[in-house]
Amino acid sequence: MQVPAPFEYARASSVDEAIELLERLGPDSRLVAGGHSLLPMMKLRLATPEHLIDINPLAGELGYIGEQGGEVRIGAMTRHREVLESDLLARHFPIMRDAEHTIADPPVRNRGTIGGALCQADPSEDLSAVCAALKANVVIRGRGGERVVDMVAFHRGPYETAVGDAEMLVEVRVPVRAHGGSAYEKVERRAGDWAVAAAGAALWLDGADVADAGIALSAVNPSGVRCERAEQALIGRPPSEEAFAEAARLAAEDCEPIADQRGSAEYKRHLAQELTHRALRRAAERALAS
Amino acid sequence: MQITLTINGETRSAEAEPRTLLVHFLRDHLDLTGTHWGCDTSNCGACVVLVDGEPVKSCTMLAAMAEGHEITTVEGLARDGELDPVQQGFFEEHGLQCGFCTPGMMLTARALLNENPDPSEEEIRVAISGQICRCTGYTNIVKAVRWAAEHEAGTATTGEEAIA
Repeated sequence: MQVPAPFEYARASSVDEAIELLERLGPDSRLVAGGHSLLPMMKLRLATPEHLIDINPLAGELGYIGEQGGEVRIGAMTRHREVLESDLLARHFPIMRDAEHTIADPPVRNRGTIGGALCQADPSEDLSAVCAALKANVVIRGRGGERVVDMVAFHRGPYETAVGDAEMLVEVRVPVRAHGGSAYEKVERRAGDWAVAAAGAALWLDGADVADAGIALSAVNPSGVRCERAEQALIGRPPSEEAFAEAARLAAEDCEPIADQRGSAEYKRHLAQELTHRALRRAAERALAS
Repeated sequence: MQITLTINGETRSAEAEPRTLLVHFLRDHLDLTGTHWGCDTSNCGACVVLVDGEPVKSCTMLAAMAEGHEITTVEGLARDGELDPVQQGFFEEHGLQCGFCTPGMMLTARALLNENPDPSEEEIRVAISGQICRCTGYTNIVKAVRWAAEHEAGTATTGEEAIA
């Protein structure tokens, strides 16, 4: 029987109370949202917090998806299922629904949250790559107030983020930009599994050329997910097969896959290239149709 | 800690460690052994229960996290000695062989039909995609859910029509 090591349980009924509890209980306390990453790690003793602070009562306060000030704002407690089913997200950022379809399975998506997924910062996690490709920002709140950081600064990985002790991620903000398209491509060994490799891509067009690009990979880097050299290779060029091939080659060159039970480093690098190419192709189709 | 849950409409309370998972709380503290305990790793779905009407893997939720929510287990499906149409469907269509996955499958089917009274085969397969039937009896599970959908909607075909 797998159960976590003993811990003390506390429940927060507001963001302020959660931050207060984190401060009072110290660095050996952890927030638990959906728990579908943290509890399995606790069962395996990969995580052994002394205090667990349950923030599920914040599902109302931090469970929302709304458009405001040129951004879509997603509360940290928004569950995977809500991200998957959101028509607003699907309209602006189809990459979100692409990715959510591949994340675990329906009962797991009923519990897991976007904030939990990002804060887990698992190198094979999907939404980190999605948010990085979309050049999203996240809002981190502590007692001193809020700060907004981009995904490059946020995702230090593996299992490490810019969220400090006594701080919590409260919101994800994704800028809505004109003439954009996005897509996610993933290869997994079986439905709902972690990625062998995955690629997220977003393109924004200005006339016939790419004005900006976001490319991020999952499962092929220990930390950091954005592929800046590949992004740069697209900017100012038409969204052509040739440009995509070049960007995909650079993305594969710059990633650092390791061999494990999911595949060899060589295979994963091959996937990184192919999936980046496919994601760019679909993102461009969607941008042209937008 | 004292954990008090609403299960199948009843308030149930027991003393348990904070680390107690919902599946063990149900089975070992409340003797509700209809919820099965399978893989322990949120893969197999044998432990699915409904939390506020949504299927959840109870091996990956602390019992304490379920306080204040409505839990439905397989024991809560039948009402006043009458099987739920989903249970009747599994009976009629041979939706189980060994029966280990059945409680979770039926609860997911119940949740699906509450939201979508006329699901397609594809929609049923997506809904149960987080649950494993090691007997590989998926075809009959899908038929069982369809049976329930048809009988709840009052659009059931007769046996002869079904065979034809």
